Amino acid sequence: MQPTSHDFKSNARTALADRQLQEALSGIPGGLVAQRRAARDRLPEFDDLRDYGRDLRNHALQHLDIYLERYEQAVTEAGGHVHWASTGGDACAAILRICQGAGAQLVTKGKSMVSEEIGLNANLEKAGLEVVETDLGEYILQIRHETPSHIIAPAIHLTQGQVEADFRREHSQLPKDRRLIDPAELVDEARQILREKFLNADVGITGANFLIAETGSSIIVTNEGNGDLTQSLAKVHIVITSVDKVVPTFNDAAALLRLLARSATGQEITSYTTFSTGPRRAGDPDGPEQYHVILLDNGRSELLGTEFREVLRCIRCGACMNHCPVYNAVGGHAYGWVYPGPIGAVLNPGMIGIKEAGNLPNASTFCGRCESVCPMHIPLPKLMRHWREREFLEGETPFVTRLALKSWATLARQPWAYHALSRLMSRAMKFASGRHGAFTWMPFASGWTGGRNFPAPQGKTFQELWAAREKQAARTGRTQ
Amino acid sequence: MKPTNSPAGARESILSKIRTSLGASENDDARTAAAEQRITAKPRAAAPLRVAETGTDLLARFKDELQRQLATVAEVATATEIPAAIAGYLHANNQPLRLRHGADAYLSSLDFSSVEGFETARGAAAPDDSAGLSAAFAGIAETGTMALASGPDNPVTLGYLPDTHIIIVPKTRIVATFEDAFELLRERPSANPMPRTLNLITGPSRTADIGGRIVIGAHGPRRLLAILAGDL
Amino acid sequence: MSDPATKRPRVGLFATCLVDMFRPSVGMAAARLIEYADCEVVVPHAQTCCGQPAYNSGDRADAKALALQTIAAFEGCDYVVAPSGSCAGMLKAHYPRLMDEGSDDHARASAFAARVHELVSFLVDVRGLSDVPGAFSGTVTYHDSCSGLRELTIKSQPRTLLKSIPGLELKEMDDCEICCGFGGAFSVKFPDISNAMVEKKTANIAAADADIILAGDLGCLMNMAGKLSRQESKIACRHVAEILAGELDDPPIASSDDKR
Repeated sequence: MQPTSHDFKSNARTALADRQLQEALSGIPGGLVAQRRAARDRLPEFDDLRDYGRDLRNHALQHLDIYLERYEQAVTEAGGHVHWASTGGDACAAILRICQGAGAQLVTKGKSMVSEEIGLNANLEKAGLEVVETDLGEYILQIRHETPSHIIAPAIHLTQGQVEADFRREHSQLPKDRRLIDPAELVDEARQILREKFLNADVGITGANFLIAETGSSIIVTNEGNGDLTQSLAKVHIVITSVDKVVPTFNDAAALLRLLARSATGQEITSYTTFSTGPRRAGDPDGPEQYHVILLDNGRSELLGTEFREVLRCIRCGACMNHCPVYNAVGGHAYGWVYPGPIGAVLNPGMIGIKEAGNLPNASTFCGRCESVCPMHIPLPKLMRHWREREFLEGETPFVTRLALKSWATLARQPWAYHALSRLMSRAMKFASGRHGAFTWMPFASGWTGGRNFPAPQGKTFQELWAAREKQAARTGRTQ
Repeated sequence: MKPTNSPAGARESILSKIRTSLGASENDDARTAAAEQRITAKPRAAAPLRVAETGTDLLARFKDELQRQLATVAEVATATEIPAAIAGYLHANNQPLRLRHGADAYLSSLDFSSVEGFETARGAAAPDDSAGLSAAFAGIAETGTMALASGPDNPVTLGYLPDTHIIIVPKTRIVATFEDAFELLRERPSANPMPRTLNLITGPSRTADIGGRIVIGAHGPRRLLAILAGDL
Repeated sequence: MSDPATKRPRVGLFATCLVDMFRPSVGMAAARLIEYADCEVVVPHAQTCCGQPAYNSGDRADAKALALQTIAAFEGCDYVVAPSGSCAGMLKAHYPRLMDEGSDDHARASAFAARVHELVSFLVDVRGLSDVPGAFSGTVTYHDSCSGLRELTIKSQPRTLLKSIPGLELKEMDDCEICCGFGGAFSVKFPDISNAMVEKKTANIAAADADIILAGDLGCLMNMAGKLSRQESKIACRHVAEILAGELDDPPIASSDDKR
């Protein structure tokens, strides 16, 4: 996918003016956010569990090489194959080789953010394969030629009306006068269409929420059951995942599963949590004949050695974006690359560079709501600030910003000059505002005054008032 | 353990970059021992209070949690009651008296001929199957989750292709936590305790991908019946 | 350090750059409250800005220089108190992070941080205040500014003190914990998003149907007041210290001199 993160500002403006998008986004506070709160309230020990989860992910990352080797060994012993891929291109090539080796024509695919990261669909389609997204949200996006705007609710930016229009356009073989009013009718229509795909697929591709070193298992978490149909009906099951997903044991996965759905959708657990270990066994009446795991790096091994290591604890629940006021205002597409919201603001610069993605870590008020809900206690604002520091050090901070910063900092380091200028500014602005108390337009702040007034100062500085009070006190001999 | 299909050196390159980032060397016995120790000891997080408190009625908790997930829960004392219970459920949902199950001994012992017109079949699910019947090896009280191991006894497709999924859960196998269920799995008499798939099922198939509204029956079963059996 | 005659703790008031230049009445109110809590107030002249603009723009070097300047300015104070959760959070949570772990500067910053408090939490948590000099009759609603809420866990303290004022009714608004969209440089760099955020905020403020919107941070207040003023709202906007101290002679933020 071609990043548009450098256009974040204009993307955001477009998003703010998009009424359908704004209507779709307005459901988040009463939906995912309220549901998470309710789930948390039902589990009083939730915050203790977050601490446990953070510690276990830290341990896993601290021993990542060992657990990956151990995982690979267990997969191989179970009859599966592990393919290591340094880059997205390598991962796509490995998947294409497996598909071609199986003589595949039709590939079904469950939801996977890593597959978005590597641009998998376009790659397979270029080689002549038909790829069908089976997660309902992803399917809707596929027929719209769009990318996900959220990591767990990919079509959260769409209204029901838009989906109806898409289905009527795309499923033109169906009767024109059919009823598509209730969401259940839309779901049913997609179910009929995708059922055919599941049954005829040669290869099924899924992602993985976690990998288990102890047993060589990969885990997928779904509500629809599409991942299970994808991976058990095709003769080849490919798992596309990344090196950071490995945890030591089943029990460790259990601890994280307690956090994942509650943080994501507010469910206690999703309808389906499926652990896959190798291909079908002798005597098994169903299941894939081949099982492949693609382990993607794509910069993660390097991130591990930087001040950004903590972001690798992420379990991709999406709570940070659900709770982010910026995400809630502009939606996921404005971020311009695979991972939106606060997690994207930290991950994307590591993957597509700070030059391209520099807007993202800057587009935060540091309100800290993301960190406060992150099940892995990832200090997202701190990590965004680290990207701003890198941007500043690498000279990518815009010149005007840098100049303003430097002039201000120089002044602030000379208190006498600083206070003198403050006095002057306070008076001048007060004078300019007359008796109105606020400016409707300000030079250098027309962005601000485009939507709101700028309050006028009171005319004297606090230092002045305080000095006057001290003087008065000295005169009257009063001691405070 | 050399993988066959990775680009030359990808594996070594990634592992070496990870070690560099961690400031670790390749054969650091202390690190390896720490990892092995965790895999052997399998430490557990504290069990959720809702199942850990003394005097917790796990069966009641299991039923309550599963019902919250929009599944139907029934209880039977013995196997002989199961065919009629299933027939009643299918009838109430306007479903044909047909189902398919795997080679599981308990399921195979059920006498469906006791209900007139009840057709049963064995094996993996076919596209036009209307109901699948499976046996869980554990019920997990903390979330009302049923744990199923795939294999000849329980073909995995039975839980996803048919519109109706029915799962028999032995009352004696209701455990408190996920970790307890995994322990039961590790005790299975098999060379590899892990089946090809371990399915944790908690409610019917659902989606909220259209306008954020929950719709039941996305790709998998539109309804889920759990039967708690007392004689298992 | 503390006044040997009276044993009153000596509190350095860190006014913050916004209060200093835009709304000194908040500083006067803060001083009055600290004195009411039986402390001596000093206002070091060498204070300027806490350094957040540099820190949050990635300019660590300037932020560190300003941190050291601020720390030096408040030598000799038992406590350092700021009428802002954001600036107090900078002094308390972030100054130590600016210094190299294990360095003398880090030790100084940590010792300094331990003495820093946001105004209202200082009054309640440190001084045990349960009543205030202010008097007000009417309804107010309160916005929890982000840094105060999440970095310094300021939530109950302002409400405790507000409820001690006879005749004051606190009406909570929806989403009082959600950011108003100020975010310092954010409001200038991303004005459209900032404006959309403050629009949601003022809608909630209006729905709460109170006479006054209060908060503990002047940045947020200027943002909300600027929006309310543009919307020609009748709701007044003030710093919580003004109500608590009874310093209501000046017109509300962004209001004309005719409205007192």
